[in-house]
Amino acid sequence: MGVIVPGNSSPVPALSAGRSTVEGYDPKLHDPFFDGVSQQLADKGFITAAADDLITWARTGSLMWMTFGLACCAVEMMQASMPRYDLERYGFAPRASPRQSDVMIVAGTLTNKMAPALRKVYDQMPEPRYVISMGSCANGGGYYYYSYSVVRGCDRVVPVDIYVPGCPPTAEALVYGVLQLQKKIRRTGTIER
Amino acid sequence: MQAFFANPAVSWTLLTTGGILLVVIWVLLSLAFLLLADRKIWAGVQMRKGPNVVGPFGLLQSFADFFKFVLKEIVIPAGADKVVFILAPLISLILAFVGWAVVPFAPGWVVSNLNVGILYLLAMSSLGVYGIIMGGWASNSKYPFLGALRSAAQMVSYEVSIGLIIITVILLAGSMNLSTIVEKQSGWIWNWNVFGGGLNNLVLLPVMVVAMGMFYISALAETNRPPFDLPEAESELVAGYQVEYSSTPYLLFMVAEYSNIVLMCAMISVLFFGGWNPGFPTDFLSSWHPFAANLFLALVFYAKICFWFFMFAMAKAIVPRYRYDQLMRLGWKVFLPTSLVLVAAVAAWRVFGPAA
Repeated sequence: MGVIVPGNSSPVPALSAGRSTVEGYDPKLHDPFFDGVSQQLADKGFITAAADDLITWARTGSLMWMTFGLACCAVEMMQASMPRYDLERYGFAPRASPRQSDVMIVAGTLTNKMAPALRKVYDQMPEPRYVISMGSCANGGGYYYYSYSVVRGCDRVVPVDIYVPGCPPTAEALVYGVLQLQKKIRRTGTIER
Repeated sequence: MQAFFANPAVSWTLLTTGGILLVVIWVLLSLAFLLLADRKIWAGVQMRKGPNVVGPFGLLQSFADFFKFVLKEIVIPAGADKVVFILAPLISLILAFVGWAVVPFAPGWVVSNLNVGILYLLAMSSLGVYGIIMGGWASNSKYPFLGALRSAAQMVSYEVSIGLIIITVILLAGSMNLSTIVEKQSGWIWNWNVFGGGLNNLVLLPVMVVAMGMFYISALAETNRPPFDLPEAESELVAGYQVEYSSTPYLLFMVAEYSNIVLMCAMISVLFFGGWNPGFPTDFLSSWHPFAANLFLALVFYAKICFWFFMFAMAKAIVPRYRYDQLMRLGWKVFLPTSLVLVAAVAAWRVFGPAA
């Protein structure tokens, strides 16, 4: 991870291109992507990149999400893709079909009746697939922990990558969760999952 | 070696292959950025930013999408017909690209200068239905099947009006060769077919403007674009015929869809807006290097394609979706009779008018 100190014009270390990987990024100073490319071109005359860097870049840059709005959290989930936070900036676009999506956001109370459907949708998603559990109910039952009809956490049904706490979490919290997921993909990135 | 290349069969093969490669690469590269433009325009209408993080200004978004889809798992449903399931996106993609063979980019810059270019284009766009029907059928699932049926009915209905509207242009130009049609529209802007094709045909202006508008709307329906995206209506059919497609096959379907859209944009430009003609006499180009002159004209043509793609994107962003019966009513009860009247009007003008 390259770190940019504001005021210091030293170029970004090679292979840390792709602006979302750089902490302390300031677009007014320079674009790390262009900097990295021009530095490599000046240095070698061609560009090299590790295959897994490219793969994780592609995966983090185009996470398409399966909408699984179950309760009030879904309203915050919608809010996260509305003008104020606009998750599509990260290429995080909604897809209706599970076959074409990478992330499932479980937003809301998962009831016993819904659990088989959730699992079915998860099974229909092609690898690599990720799950974001959003809100107290999906994280662990939450307010409905003692209810006779609620699954105490969606991680009893599907493997969860990121838990977003809150009741409901703010849209900002979900955006933060998405960024954490990108970080996780970058950290554990392999071709097979 | 010299004799080998001088052999007409060899040189023809090399030139044609080079031309095909150029066109395909140009279309694919354009698609990458037009896809991004589509999303950006959509976002802009909703006062969002749109993709702007992946690559500078989000310019690499389509490439990230491409790599991600290629690297995903290919799911073939257990009940699916495997051969047809894989064949369908391939057929879609191939048919979407072969149409570009007859599109003239500049004088002489065309892969195949067919004399029946328009017929060829109609044939290829009609065959495009097969990819969709095969995809919907082979998935062996309810939503794709319904989506494919809808798509087939819709594309067949609107091909009728598109065909009739094209006849008006053929009557004006007196040729089915796309290069000839474009050459007939050279000179000032009023020579474009949308203005009736020449000052002495200016009476046809209202007829041709209506024809152009109907062609635009039919093109939206023909390419399954919103507001006529009923085959993949998200609220009803999840994603229509492509529900079961993941990874690369889905990518092929998507590329085919957008290639068809851009082809339709090119068709509108060629048929109604003078193709490569900039709208004023291009005599000044005779002093240029022929390659530079052709490049200039190709850029003019490209600008027109981009403008029409912008119109397609705006229609997607601002128009609410049609209901299926409304769509069919529009196609059969409004467009078909109107286009018949238009053809009759243009034909009458050509036979009895002063130009006859």
